[in-house]
Amino acid sequence: MIDAVGHPSSLLLLGGTSEIGLAIAERYLAGGPLRIVLAGRQSPGLAESAARLERAGGHVETLEFDALDDAGRTETVRKAFAGGDVDVAVVAFGLLGDQEAAWQDVEAATALAEVNYVAAVSVGVTLAAEFRRQGHGRIVALSSVAGERARRSNFVYGSTKAGMDAFYTGLTEALRGDGIGVTIVRPGFVHTKMTTGMDAAPLSTTPEKVAEVAVDAVAKGRELVWAPAPLRAVMTVLRHIPRPIFRRLPV
Amino acid sequence: MPRSVKTLVGWARTAPSRATVLSGDEVTSDERLAEAVAGAGERGMIARGLGRSYGDTAQNAGGLVADMTSRQRVHSVDAGSGLIELDAGVSLDQLMRIALPFGLWVPVLPGTRQVTIGGAIANDIHGKNHHSAGSFGDHVASMDLLTGTGEIRRLEPDGPESELFWATVGGIGLTGIILRATIRMTKTETAYFVVDSERTANLDETIERFSDGSDEAYDYSSAWFDSISTGPKLGRAALGRGSLARLDELPEKLRRDPLKFDAPQLATLPDVFPNGLANKLSFSAIGELYYRKTKNEQGQIQNLTAFYHPLDLFGEWNRAYGSKGFLQYQFIVPLAAEAEFRSIIADIAASGHVSFLNVFKKFGEGNRAPLSFPMPGWNICVDFPIVDGLGEFCRGLDERVLTMGGRLYTAKDSRTDAATFAAMYPRIDEWRKVRDAVDPEGVFASDMSRRLALTS
Repeated sequence: MIDAVGHPSSLLLLGGTSEIGLAIAERYLAGGPLRIVLAGRQSPGLAESAARLERAGGHVETLEFDALDDAGRTETVRKAFAGGDVDVAVVAFGLLGDQEAAWQDVEAATALAEVNYVAAVSVGVTLAAEFRRQGHGRIVALSSVAGERARRSNFVYGSTKAGMDAFYTGLTEALRGDGIGVTIVRPGFVHTKMTTGMDAAPLSTTPEKVAEVAVDAVAKGRELVWAPAPLRAVMTVLRHIPRPIFRRLPV
Repeated sequence: MPRSVKTLVGWARTAPSRATVLSGDEVTSDERLAEAVAGAGERGMIARGLGRSYGDTAQNAGGLVADMTSRQRVHSVDAGSGLIELDAGVSLDQLMRIALPFGLWVPVLPGTRQVTIGGAIANDIHGKNHHSAGSFGDHVASMDLLTGTGEIRRLEPDGPESELFWATVGGIGLTGIILRATIRMTKTETAYFVVDSERTANLDETIERFSDGSDEAYDYSSAWFDSISTGPKLGRAALGRGSLARLDELPEKLRRDPLKFDAPQLATLPDVFPNGLANKLSFSAIGELYYRKTKNEQGQIQNLTAFYHPLDLFGEWNRAYGSKGFLQYQFIVPLAAEAEFRSIIADIAASGHVSFLNVFKKFGEGNRAPLSFPMPGWNICVDFPIVDGLGEFCRGLDERVLTMGGRLYTAKDSRTDAATFAAMYPRIDEWRKVRDAVDPEGVFASDMSRRLALTS
């Protein structure tokens, strides 16, 4: 149960090595005891994530989760709930990919679409069913500002996030009557292993800062937030800039 | 009445959850309620009364909640023995109205009369007379409990099922549903109190008043104390101590109708208060007013509202905290922990978390119930509006309360964790054993039982 001051007893992290996801778990851990289910591909990285959260005081379980495995992802979500109530589920998995390859290579493009959109929709449907049965809970969907307006430099990734974002926006409404909340977080450029070597965009941020925004939004029942917050205004402007100008912007 | 899906919250209006609420015939008929228990499903069931518990005790996300307030029958009143048998859904307010004409008084009254008999037993509530009368469970002669296996068991405090009786007292509804109870009422000649009021100048004086033996002269005692002022005014208090008045103590004009139910309500607060109204400035002002209003006076005759339930003058006063709600932090620590206890009061005042409704009382002996809150010690209750950082602050308090050998109260708690709670109630395993035996399938469950891992 999420308590009176917004602290959950349990957290499901889909994308068990996601740096933002782990930062969210650590932030919750700072506020009290927490059962954490880390769902990810069995790897040294997943074991290391689990160890890191255990050192921070978490009670951690890991579950095999492959975003490209249709039946497997549904099974994993159900297993996570079978072990006790899940108070907050974070949809944190995602691929950035090589953007130049992605728009010219069918396999690279569909892999991005499969992981970032199809799998996100798939787990969203299962999470919704489990949360409705449980009667309470909150979904945190890690979207991206890249989905707000497709850019030449990463439009394949952007298009998958646009689809994912739209799905969770609709899910927010669909679950409203059941008392289940959805919080969509749209980070800007985040310094993580996924972005290592890339040039940081303006208003770049860190996983810890994104986690702070996400946890605060859940506590306050907010449904759509940007990280950092000023991106909201920036994106509002960017969305309306005419194409000939937008094309020339260094974003 | 059909079942309906509702969002439920506790009195502090935090942590809402949705449940299917049963009411009407399905609750008033023992048979139908037993059927509902049998078909409760995986999310289980919990009984709910008037929703005055501050946290999540009477919520059950995704499961069933039996609204017991439709069970309203009074089965018998025996003025001679003082025993009243009645349904668990009857409120203490109703019980008082029924009992007063017979010269019978509700033996334990908490800060509000808007609680049901079932809730009073399930939380083993206490009142200003704890030091002289114990808690509510001490006045229950018997009760009928509907268990998870569909049986109705007659429980008595010293009968063959005494273990289940005491696991149900303070057991927050997790041993089954209390259907009916027989309450041993207190006899009284009047419905008024003879009250001595006084102000203390600081925390030392407040503690002194409760330690110098003077408390023993009164059946009822408690203090409102200042938890906002730091420095010399810290812990100054308005004490109200008294006993039920005898007929010959009443002034002439009250003697004509000495058992009159005299508890006026002035207004119900509308649900329009903005968040942030409950701040240091407004609370300091109201607190100052309340403190100054209290004069040093002996032997005043006061009615129930004036002496006992000043907040009842305002119905739904919890709305004043706005939509974010608030949190009530009530704890008790053993008398020996006085020094550390003083430093907690100072730290609350210095914390920036402001509380207006502060109650201070010295408790007497506890009872046999493993999850009963009262024990001999200093009992403190403070209300905090929900703001950033409150969770961390309260976790810090939890740790200190635990270290002192103290504990929190289920009827108030809305945020502590399972390990902390278990450590505060060392007899919890004894309680679990009785509960697991009476409810092997784990039918009874609540948001609180999940949060505190009380049920598996």
